[in-house]
Amino acid sequence: MNAPLYQYGAFGPGASLIVAVAIGLGFGFCLERAGFGNARKLAAQFYLNDLTVFKVMFTAIVTAMTGLYLLSRIGVLDLSLIYHLPTYLVPQLLGGLLFGVGFVVGGYCPGTSCVAASSGKIDGLVVIPGMMAGIWIFVELYPRLEGFVNMTPMGDFDLAQLAGVPYGAMVLLIGGVALAGFWMANRIERGGSGAVGPE
Amino acid sequence: MTSRTPRPYWNPYFAGFALGLVLLSAFVSMGRGLGISGAVTTTVVAGVAAVAPAHAEANPYAAAYLGDGRTGLFKDWLVIEVLGVLAGGLLSAVLAGRFRWKVEKGPRISARGRLMAAFGGGAVMGFATRVARGCTSGQALTGGAMLSVGSWVFMLAIFAGAYATAYFVRREWT
Repeated sequence: MNAPLYQYGAFGPGASLIVAVAIGLGFGFCLERAGFGNARKLAAQFYLNDLTVFKVMFTAIVTAMTGLYLLSRIGVLDLSLIYHLPTYLVPQLLGGLLFGVGFVVGGYCPGTSCVAASSGKIDGLVVIPGMMAGIWIFVELYPRLEGFVNMTPMGDFDLAQLAGVPYGAMVLLIGGVALAGFWMANRIERGGSGAVGPE
Repeated sequence: MTSRTPRPYWNPYFAGFALGLVLLSAFVSMGRGLGISGAVTTTVVAGVAAVAPAHAEANPYAAAYLGDGRTGLFKDWLVIEVLGVLAGGLLSAVLAGRFRWKVEKGPRISARGRLMAAFGGGAVMGFATRVARGCTSGQALTGGAMLSVGSWVFMLAIFAGAYATAYFVRREWT
């Protein structure tokens, strides 16, 4: 075991900020290359004309998921040292529904609004102060929302535990579901108006 | 740089693979995934604290985002990462001849209408990221790759919410 590198002391807090810039650069670069600096391309996902959002997201998840699993199996990466996101079932379900409404109305999610803004898209730039306003409203209302956003806590709970199968089996299953999803996405796109390009 | 013909986007599977490697490198180097909305929250809370310090201290949510030395690094880390995201998007767009000052919209809506929708949609989404404890990056991608049940529920709910709303805002996009 010698990863996560930061947890194993390979570098300190100062150097971690240089890592932050490098990872951010890679993240922003990939989002823009995928076409996610363009709200028309993102929105086309929800009119079934261009399913790039689905393809990119699930390829990224399967890639990282498989990498995490293999690196932990060969003993390089200690999965228990990676921060695990706790599950709060009801707030995450309702928050997701609300997020989806905001996404198709605003045209971007938070990360894609950043690359849209930095590639000159005025609509992407405007999403950012909107997002700040929404977050500010939440912070101000927090004393009244505290009970709701902390309800149904399930702790660190993963899909393998939910299904009662080994972690590796769930990794394989999600990979299989993704492949079936890509095949279906290509069929669905044939009925749409075609992929959205730049301009 | 604005006169060049824009180059086409990457193949979606290639882009997804590259994005997955960036996410994996965050896990391997820092023991955490990607994120955006947490950094925006830190920025908002820092703004509130600058204008009304006592008010921010009295709010338990804001106080947590002000940092206590233990969580401070990660919060700062995320803010720096988002600055990288902005720079990465700019770099990619310029290199591909895709930098344009423009408003992305469908043909049936005015630029003004589209910008109002962008602000309103952004506000709804920002609020939702706090309810769900993250966005498409910090919750859906990061938690998705770690098989978190809450992250998968959040991700499927995003698609459900957006598909359910798409018909009503079709004039904005089609």
